[in-house]
Parts: sequence; C-alpha cells; structure tokens
Amino acid sequence: MESIFDIIGPIMIGPSSSHTAGALKLARIARAIFGDTPSEVRVNLYGSFAKTYRGHGSDRAIAAGFLGFSTEDERIPDAINIAFKMGVKIEFVSSNIFVDHPNTLEFEMVGKSGLSITVQGISVGGGNVVIKKINNYEVYLTGNYETLITCHKDHPGIIAKITQVISSKNINIAYMYVSRLEKGKDAMMTIETDDYISSDIYDILSSFSYLNFVKIVHKI
Amino acid sequence: MRSFSTISDLISLAKENCSNISEIVLSYETQKTQKSKKEILEIMNQRLIVMRNSIEKGKKNNNYSISKMVGMNASKFYSFISKNSFLGKIVEKAICYALSVSEVNACMGLIVACPTAGSCGILPGAILSVSEEMGLPDEKVVLSLFTAAGIGMVIGKNASLAGAVGGCQAECGSASAMAAGAVLELLGGTPEQVGHAIALALKNYLGLVCDPVAGLVEVPCVKRNAFAAIHALVAAELAFAGIESIIPPDEVILAAYEIGRLMPKSLKETSEAGLAKTPTGKRIESLMNA
Repeated sequence: MESIFDIIGPIMIGPSSSHTAGALKLARIARAIFGDTPSEVRVNLYGSFAKTYRGHGSDRAIAAGFLGFSTEDERIPDAINIAFKMGVKIEFVSSNIFVDHPNTLEFEMVGKSGLSITVQGISVGGGNVVIKKINNYEVYLTGNYETLITCHKDHPGIIAKITQVISSKNINIAYMYVSRLEKGKDAMMTIETDDYISSDIYDILSSFSYLNFVKIVHKI
Repeated sequence: MRSFSTISDLISLAKENCSNISEIVLSYETQKTQKSKKEILEIMNQRLIVMRNSIEKGKKNNNYSISKMVGMNASKFYSFISKNSFLGKIVEKAICYALSVSEVNACMGLIVACPTAGSCGILPGAILSVSEEMGLPDEKVVLSLFTAAGIGMVIGKNASLAGAVGGCQAECGSASAMAAGAVLELLGGTPEQVGHAIALALKNYLGLVCDPVAGLVEVPCVKRNAFAAIHALVAAELAFAGIESIIPPDEVILAAYEIGRLMPKSLKETSEAGLAKTPTGKRIESLMNA
C-alpha cells in the first residue's frame, strides 16, 4: 500500500475501481505510449471485462482514457459520444480466449499517419494497472511512475548508454524491465523512475542510431 | 517513521503519544510523503467534500444504472424519512447516505472509494450521520477519516480489501470495521475501544461472500452498503459502552484472511454461484449479455 489515500480514495467515477477507473487508466497509458489520440482503436476485452464491460461502463471509461480524461471526469458516462464526435473510432470486441489474468484488455491503435501499436494490460484492483505487452514485447509499467520506453538493438552496452543519459540528469531508477523476441534483433525496455523525465532526455535518446523507438510516459 | 502493521501497533503508538489513532496515521502520512500536516489534511478534506456531494446527488438521484437494477431508492428513502421516523435520526441518515453514495457509484457518478468503489457508501453513511446529529465540527470528521484509513491499511496488509481475493467480508466487512473505528473516535472513545469496535464489526461479517448479479457492483452491493453502515454504528456503540471483543482485532483480521483463502472461487466476485446464479440473477445476466 503506497499511501493512506489509496484506502480513502481514489476519487473516481463509479461503479468499479478495477473495471471503470482501471480500464480508463489502461487506455490512458496506451494513448501515451501511442503518443497521441489514435484515430482508430480496436479494444479486445478478455475474462471478466468481456462479460461485464457494458454494465461496468468499461467501454465509456476506455473511450474517456483515449480522450485523456482523468478518472474523476464527470464526462466519462458520455465519453463514447464525445469520442465519436471527435472522429475517434473505437470498436469493442469481447473475446472468450483464455488469458492469464481475469481482467485483461488489449488496444490495437492506428493513427492518421498509419502508425499502429498494440498494447495489452491488466487491471489489478483498486484502480491500479500494469501494462504487460507492447507489440508482442513483454513490458512492465504501471503509470504510477515516470516511465521511459525504448526499443533498441540487442547488442552489448546499449542499456548502459541509455541509463548513462538518465543518470547524467540525476534521475533515480525505481524499476526496469527488458525483453526481446529474438537474440541479436531488437529489445524493448521500460524504466520507471522516481524523478520527472524531461523532453531533453527524449531529444538525446532520439539522436542515438541504435534506438528505433523512444517514448516518455508521464506519471498518471 | 512511526510505522504500523497491526491494530495493536496503532493502539500502542496512540497510547505512547497520548493521542488518538487518527494523529498517528496523519503523522505517518506526513513523514512518508514529506508533505505538511496542513497539506495532508486538505487532501483528506477534499475527499470529505466529494463524499458530501455524492450524498446530495444521491438523495435527489432520478437516474438508473446501465443495467437498470439500481436507482431511485435513495430518493425514495429520503422522502420517506422526511415524513416518517421509525429507527431514529442517526440510523435513518446512515441508511439514506450509504444508499445515496452507493447509488451514485452504480450510476457512474463521482465517489470516493473507501476502501473500494463497491463499499463506498458505508464510511460516509456512518460518520456523517453521527457528526451531523451530534453537531461535530468538520476538523473532527476529517480526522476520523485518518483513523478509518489506518484501519483499512492494516486490513489490506494482513488480509485483503478485494472481493476477488477475500469475498465481500474484504470489502463491506473492511469498510464496516473502518467506519466502526472512525465513529468511535468521533464519539470520544479510547484507542482500545476503537480496537474492540473494529473486531466486533469485522467478526460479524466474516464469511460474507461476493456473488453479484451479472458481475456488477449493484445487487446485493448497493443495499448492503446501507446495512453495513448500521452494522458499523452497532459495533461502535457496543464498544463505547465498554463491551469487549473476546477475539482481539488483529486475530479477527487474520481469521478474515484465512476464511477468504478457504472461500471457493465461485463466491469471490466471479458470479458463478449464489445470488448471481438464482433464476432471477441468471435472467438479468442473460439480458445484459444480449
């Protein structure tokens, strides 16, 4: 338990901290990973989400997350209409495929430029969430910390170069996670930090040739 | 840092410092976050404001939830008690407020989860009915929320606050124990009495299952919030009268953990048994999935 305000809190739009507030937070982090509001999203709902999403308003909460609303925003019940008016197409698909965690969501996001990213995450209770996958790479991020996400060449010393940039700004790393699909190809890394990650870190890392994806997801 | 992991830690820290449990929890949070007491009190005060707003909204609510299972009962009860009185003001207000907040939650309104959204009506129902009827100042009410938070933290640490892990005893049971302790501090009880109030409230909700119809936080949750608020008041008054729980609060919490572990998965928020699988429950579920 982080704080007493996790017990008396969060302040949120009901009815469910895991299925409403958690669903919103997952969509909001997915949007931040995408970098902007996508123009089209296919939402795959698994487990308990597949069965109960309408009654819990998870669909409205997810639309609200893609619009960048907070879990306290009283526009959440109307978010599907607002998203529609803004030209964001969101499709909800219930899946009966078995998944490890009963509260799993997957977002297939497509942007106007053609950029497409798929993000999968779980709602673990009390409005807390974990993003578990970005484009098939295993990741770990919660949105409770400042997070740096990189996709880089799986070569010796590259992680050290990235963390050197972070340490040069006196930023403390809280958690980190690295995974790859195949040895020697690309690897995905998530670094959660205690301190604010400013855009100059993005600028420095973006200039590195061995990185093909850099994203900062601010604390939500 | 004045850290605590049991109710008995909270009681001894309060006694050592000649203070209430609320003060111990407040100073824990200030030291942990490095924020000033004033800032932390203000964050809690904001939560109290949201609780009051949910009550006001719920009393006049004329909406139904998406499933249509919940709605209009808080306003019905409010207009009833405006003209009639059977149980007395404190009890009637506690019922009305708990129903209001819980109904607002089911209808996608703004609430404070305490500790969860499904049990969000219990604490405001109990503390605000008491403080209004006894004319207690807001500073005291805000402090009582710290007592409730400390109790919730201990239960979360040593048992669970999630229906999926411990059944409803973990949600409405914990909320009721938190509310019982908070009310007792409002009444001016000692830290030991707060401990007995927690034990009495939680003990009587041990084994309560989580079997919501169609998997939604509505039936039986909303009306159960009203019962659990009164349940907290009963525990608080018993303890204030000097009645003690034979089993100490920390042992009751460990029993809640054990019972939650032994409870079948079908009765822990999966809606695979109990009320969810009654003929009416199944009919509502199939309508929702149509």
